[in-house]
Amino acid sequence: MTEDTKFHHGDPAPSEPIIRMTNIEKHFGSVIALAGVSVDVHPGECHCLLGDNGAGKSTFIKTMSGVHKPTAGEIFFEGQPMHFEDPRDAIAAGIATVHQHLAMIPLMSVSRNFFMGNEPVRKVLGMSFFDHDHANEVTMEEMRKMGINLRGPDQAVGTLSGGERQTVAIARAVHFGAKVLILDEPTSALGVRQTANVLATIDKVRKQGIGVVFITHNVRHAMAVGDRFTVLNRGQTLGTAMRGEISQEELQDLMAGGQELVKLEGSLAGTV
Amino acid sequence: MSDAQNTATADERIKSRSRLREAMIRPELGGMIGTAIVFTLFFLFAFDSGMFSSKGVLNWSQVSAQFMIIAVGACLLMIAGEFDLSVGSMIGFAGMMIAIFSVTLGWPVWMAIIVTFILCTALGAVNGFIVIRTGLPSFIVTLAFLFILRGFTIYFPQTIERKTIIGGISDAAEGDWLAGVFGGKVFQGFFVWLGDMGWIETFSRGSREGQPVVDGIPMLIVWAIILVIVGHILLTKTQFGNWIFAAGGDAEAARNSGVPVNRVKILMFMFTAFCATVFATCQVMEFGSAGADRGLLKEFEAIIAVVIGGALLTGGYGSVIGAALGALIFGVVQQGLFFAGVESSLFRVFLGLILLAAVILNTYVRRMITGER
Repeated sequence: MTEDTKFHHGDPAPSEPIIRMTNIEKHFGSVIALAGVSVDVHPGECHCLLGDNGAGKSTFIKTMSGVHKPTAGEIFFEGQPMHFEDPRDAIAAGIATVHQHLAMIPLMSVSRNFFMGNEPVRKVLGMSFFDHDHANEVTMEEMRKMGINLRGPDQAVGTLSGGERQTVAIARAVHFGAKVLILDEPTSALGVRQTANVLATIDKVRKQGIGVVFITHNVRHAMAVGDRFTVLNRGQTLGTAMRGEISQEELQDLMAGGQELVKLEGSLAGTV
Repeated sequence: MSDAQNTATADERIKSRSRLREAMIRPELGGMIGTAIVFTLFFLFAFDSGMFSSKGVLNWSQVSAQFMIIAVGACLLMIAGEFDLSVGSMIGFAGMMIAIFSVTLGWPVWMAIIVTFILCTALGAVNGFIVIRTGLPSFIVTLAFLFILRGFTIYFPQTIERKTIIGGISDAAEGDWLAGVFGGKVFQGFFVWLGDMGWIETFSRGSREGQPVVDGIPMLIVWAIILVIVGHILLTKTQFGNWIFAAGGDAEAARNSGVPVNRVKILMFMFTAFCATVFATCQVMEFGSAGADRGLLKEFEAIIAVVIGGALLTGGYGSVIGAALGALIFGVVQQGLFFAGVESSLFRVFLGLILLAAVILNTYVRRMITGER
C-alpha cells in the first residue's frame, strides 16, 4: 500500500452516507476472505468497487446484502448499526443486489421474475392470491420506462438479451424502493452496445438519489459512471479516490497490485 | 452472448410469432395432445369393449385418479427442482402403519389415519431436510429412503404378526368418520336416480336388481380432483406458487431475491409424502388390508405422468393440469388395453415410447421458451 500518499481516502461527500461499513472482516474457516474493508455509499452516487478475481469483491457485497454475516466490523445503515440475519432483512431495509448471472430465472415470465420474492397479493374470500393483473401492468410500465419493449408480460426472460436482463433486474430493484443498489459485475458478460445501455441505466438510477455500488474489474466501465472508486486487493481496501483524482492507468495498476502488471504491460505493449 | 452487440436492433430481427406457436408454448401441450390421441384411438378401436360403459369409465377413472394423487405431489416437487423416489415405499409404509395402528394396536381408525399422516409428512420433511442440509441430489437421498421405508414395511408386520399382509381393517373402520373420507362414496342418491331414469346400467337380476352398477363416486376420485385443483391454484395463482417455480428454476437467483428456497423445497417434500399417504389411505380403506408390497414402482409412474404432463426434469417448469392429464393417459391406456384384450406386457412398451416422446417434446418446448438454439 505504498500508493497511499496520493491515493488517500476520498473526501466525505456532502450528504450522510446511506450505508457505512467499517473494518469488515470475513473468515471462512482458515481462509481470510476480507481483512478489514471500509466502504460507504452516499445517496445519488455511484461508488465503484474494483478488484481482480479473488480480491474479495463478491464476499464483500454478500456481506453488504445480508448473505454473509461479517466475522468482525460494523455496518451502519442510515446512521444506525445494523445486523442482517438473512438477505430478506437487507432487502427490507432497502439494499438490493443485482447479481452477475443470477438475477433472473430464464424459464419464468418477465412479470413473474419482476415480482419474485415480492409478489403482489389480492385477498379473495380471506385467501391471498398472486395479483397477476397488477403484476403484468406494473411490469410493462416499468419496462417501457427503461426502454425495453416486451412482447407481453408473459414473455419468458430466457428470450431477453443479457443487457435487457440486467436492466429488468435493475428496474425491479428500483421499483421495490432500493436505497442502495448493488450491481455485481453487470457488464462483464455484455457486448459494447449492451454495456452502454446498462451504464446509461446506472446513470438514470443514480439521478433518482439511489446509492449505487458498482462492482467491476473493467476500469473503463468504472470510469464511465463512477463518482468514487475503491480498490480491493487480497481482502483489503487499497483506498478510495474521488472522480478526477485518479487516472484510468493508476486504477488499473492498483487493481493488479501494481508491479506485475507494469511488467506484463511492457511485454503486451500497453494493450491490457 | 453471440448476439450481444445487437440489442438495440434486436426487435426487428425477431419474427413475430404465430398464434399457433404462442399456444404451443405451454407445459400442458403434450398432455393435451396425448389425451386427445388416446381417447380417439380407444373410441375408434375399443368402443364396444365395455370400457365406455359406466363400469368401464369408473374403472379407468379410478386407476387414473390413483396416478393423479401421487402425480400432483411429484409435479410440484419436480417444479421445485427435486425428485422423490420414495413415493412408492411411502405408500406401502403408510398403509402398513394404518393397519398396525388400527388392527394390531387396536386404535380407533381415525386416530391411526391422523397419526400416520403426521408420521409420513414428517418423514417427507426428513427427506427434504437431508437434501437441503447435505446439498446431495434428491435422487440419491430419496433412493435411500425407498429402501429404508420398504424394509420397515416388510419388517414390522413380519415381526409383529408373522405375515406381510394385515387384514381386518374393514371391520375396524366400520362407522369411523375419517375412514369414510377416504374409503366412502359420494353422490349415491344421484347415481340411483340416474339408474332409475335408465341413463346408466342397472343390475338386471339378483339381490341388487334395479340398483345402478356404479353406485357412487369413490372418495379416491374426489381426492384426486381436489388435489389437482388445489395444486393448480397453488402453483399458478399464489405467491407460494411463484416461489415453487423460482426455487426450481434457479435456487440461487431465487435466494438472492429473498425467496425462502429451503422452506419451499422441504414443504414440497412434505406435500409429496402427504399425497402418497392419501393414496395409501384410500387403498387400504378400499381393500380392507395393507400389504408390504403395495405401491411398488409408483414413484416412477408418478414421475412419468408428470413428465408426460410437460414438466421439465430439471425443474422450474411444469403444470399440475398437465400432470393430471399425464395420469389420465396412464390410467386410460393401462385399463383400455386390458379391456381391448391386448397383451398387458405391451403396456410397458407403450409407456417407454410415450415417455421418450414426451421428453423430446419437452426439450423442444424449453428451447422455444428460452430462445436457445
